[in-house]
Amino acid sequence: MLGEALALLGCVLVLLAAVGVARFPDVLTRMHALSKATTLGLLVVLIGAAIGVDTFNDVTSLLLAGALQVLTAPVGANLIARASYQSSEIPHRVDVVDELSSPDEPAPRW
Amino acid sequence: MIELCYVVLTLAALCFSYRLLRGPSLSDRVISIDGLLVVMMSTIAVHAMDTGRGSFIPVIVVLTLVGFLSTAVVARFVEAGGA
Repeated sequence: MLGEALALLGCVLVLLAAVGVARFPDVLTRMHALSKATTLGLLVVLIGAAIGVDTFNDVTSLLLAGALQVLTAPVGANLIARASYQSSEIPHRVDVVDELSSPDEPAPRW
Repeated sequence: MIELCYVVLTLAALCFSYRLLRGPSLSDRVISIDGLLVVMMSTIAVHAMDTGRGSFIPVIVVLTLVGFLSTAVVARFVEAGGA
């Protein structure tokens, strides 16, 4: 019962991420919605399934998958954010601190 | 409650598929494919808990690694000005 409740909570978090990806206006906000919410959602689903299954082998596999997801999801999100910035889909704003723009050419190529 | 999990995951997959078809840039499509992989992994976990058979659980580990690898490779491709 606890496992099923945790799985449902995680599925709802994944759905929230999906709604954010479908509705947010640009690439960085979509990636923000995806990376945070699906990391937590998938982790909660996997923990719920680890409570729900019986075999010890399955429990360790689920926890390994959760640990790998927690390790790799922020790295992948960072790579995609960098790449989509470099491919100039992000509008350049002068009123914020922009760590990725080079000092030589203040406006990145459009 | 398990059936509700399947319904919620289906709705999430529909939202990600909408962004996959609609997304203006390649990065949007990579993001939505990443989301679809998360939906697949969650579905496998829920299905294993539903039926009590853990035959497909190692697929979750493989999907995690393949998803990270494909994201990294496509990020390098986009950053090199490929698309």
